[in-house]
Amino acid sequence: MRGPTILKATDDKTRQLNDHTLLAFSGEPGDTVQFAEYIQANSQLYSMRNESELSPSALAHFVRGELASSLRSRNPYSVNLLLGGVDPITNKPSLYWLDYLASLAKVPYAAHGYAQYYCLSLLDKHHNPNISLEEGLRLLKLCSDELKRRLPIDFKGLAVKAVTKDGIKAMPFDEDDKVVRDT
Amino acid sequence: MDSLVARYSRPAYQDNEVFSEEEQRDLIETPSLSLKFAMPPVAHPSAWLRAATDDRSNPSCPIKIAHGTTTLAFRFQHGIIVATDSRATAGNWIASQTVKKVIEINSELLGTMAGGAADCQYWLAWLGMQCRLHELRHKRRISVAAASKILANLVYAYKGMGLSMGTMCAGVTKEEGPALYYIDSDGTRLAGDLFCVGSGQTFAYGVLDAEYRYDLTTEEALDLGSRSILAATHRDAYSGGFINLYHVKESGWVKHGFTDTNPVFWKTKLEKGEFSNVTSDFSED
Repeated sequence: MRGPTILKATDDKTRQLNDHTLLAFSGEPGDTVQFAEYIQANSQLYSMRNESELSPSALAHFVRGELASSLRSRNPYSVNLLLGGVDPITNKPSLYWLDYLASLAKVPYAAHGYAQYYCLSLLDKHHNPNISLEEGLRLLKLCSDELKRRLPIDFKGLAVKAVTKDGIKAMPFDEDDKVVRDT
Repeated sequence: MDSLVARYSRPAYQDNEVFSEEEQRDLIETPSLSLKFAMPPVAHPSAWLRAATDDRSNPSCPIKIAHGTTTLAFRFQHGIIVATDSRATAGNWIASQTVKKVIEINSELLGTMAGGAADCQYWLAWLGMQCRLHELRHKRRISVAAASKILANLVYAYKGMGLSMGTMCAGVTKEEGPALYYIDSDGTRLAGDLFCVGSGQTFAYGVLDAEYRYDLTTEEALDLGSRSILAATHRDAYSGGFINLYHVKESGWVKHGFTDTNPVFWKTKLEKGEFSNVTSDFSED
């Protein structure tokens, strides 16, 4: 979005850091992609040099460090991030929440921006750590329906990617149905 | 010229004489209690009040108004559920954890309180008086539509003068069935099936919208109402304390407790496995 105009409705706001780690970003236009691609490049450089991949936890702490040192510079990146990944050794999934002030939190579910206000209460109620991918997508549908119903802006839909132990794949999600219920 | 303008700018309803002159006066006359408040002796009372009370734009403002709330009400087949939290905050300070935000206007009408505590308390009590006067004048109960409009017209008369309230009027009458109205200090008045008001509204909407249906059973509706308030008290720092729960039926309202949120939260977490972001295991990393 730039002023009152939508420039692109299907922008991919994620970057893949390695085979099983995905970084999603929002924030200041320009900063976001610059920062995400800088992290992506460094993560890939590490993989090439060491013939092994950084774990999600290692990456999250690396990203936090970069964001923290940028925060104290002349022009800090204002970028909010979600980092999701599956550890290649333990096969355990993890999710990290980072904001532009370089706070890092390991959480079971997360959101940034206005979505937090509508979705976290839903996730508080319906999430548990043992749900399947299908149940997870159903829960995501619950969230996107609520955003469509209550966000004052026209919500152009979601791009959904699933990070599993077998890698990252884009998921088909909710192509063209609009939830508007008269209440 | 002025008299000409005055003649034609009179409200249209005065021309068709449906009411007698005396009744007409009752309808138009502003009751002596209202509109006779002393205003601050400055050029722009509302701007002055804003400067003195708005702690968002001026954190060191001299008057901190009690704000921050979650209230909800929704219509369903057996009436209306009204639920609120009970926290009052003045800035970052929790001023009270035991506020009664459901105001019993009379035995079948309920009002809820969000925004300025004093404004809501005073004007809903005043609305109660107006409803009683209506009963005495017309020998029948006031409709929810009429009661909510009395309040909406009142707050509209004070528009821009610093009133701060977001309220819901709920009642069940013979003519209307279950009726629910939202009124705020901008002068907005809306009829609807479901409203959440206050700083915790989004959290309550999240839970409520997902499982709301008009054909909920009474038990399901009460559970959903209190669960939505719990969600908001968990995420919104300005909501908390106790869950105040009411069910409005045609025979009048029924109170379903004033329940501490803390034991309800832990019961919900431990028995249903919800709130998985909160850990109760200190050995975890």
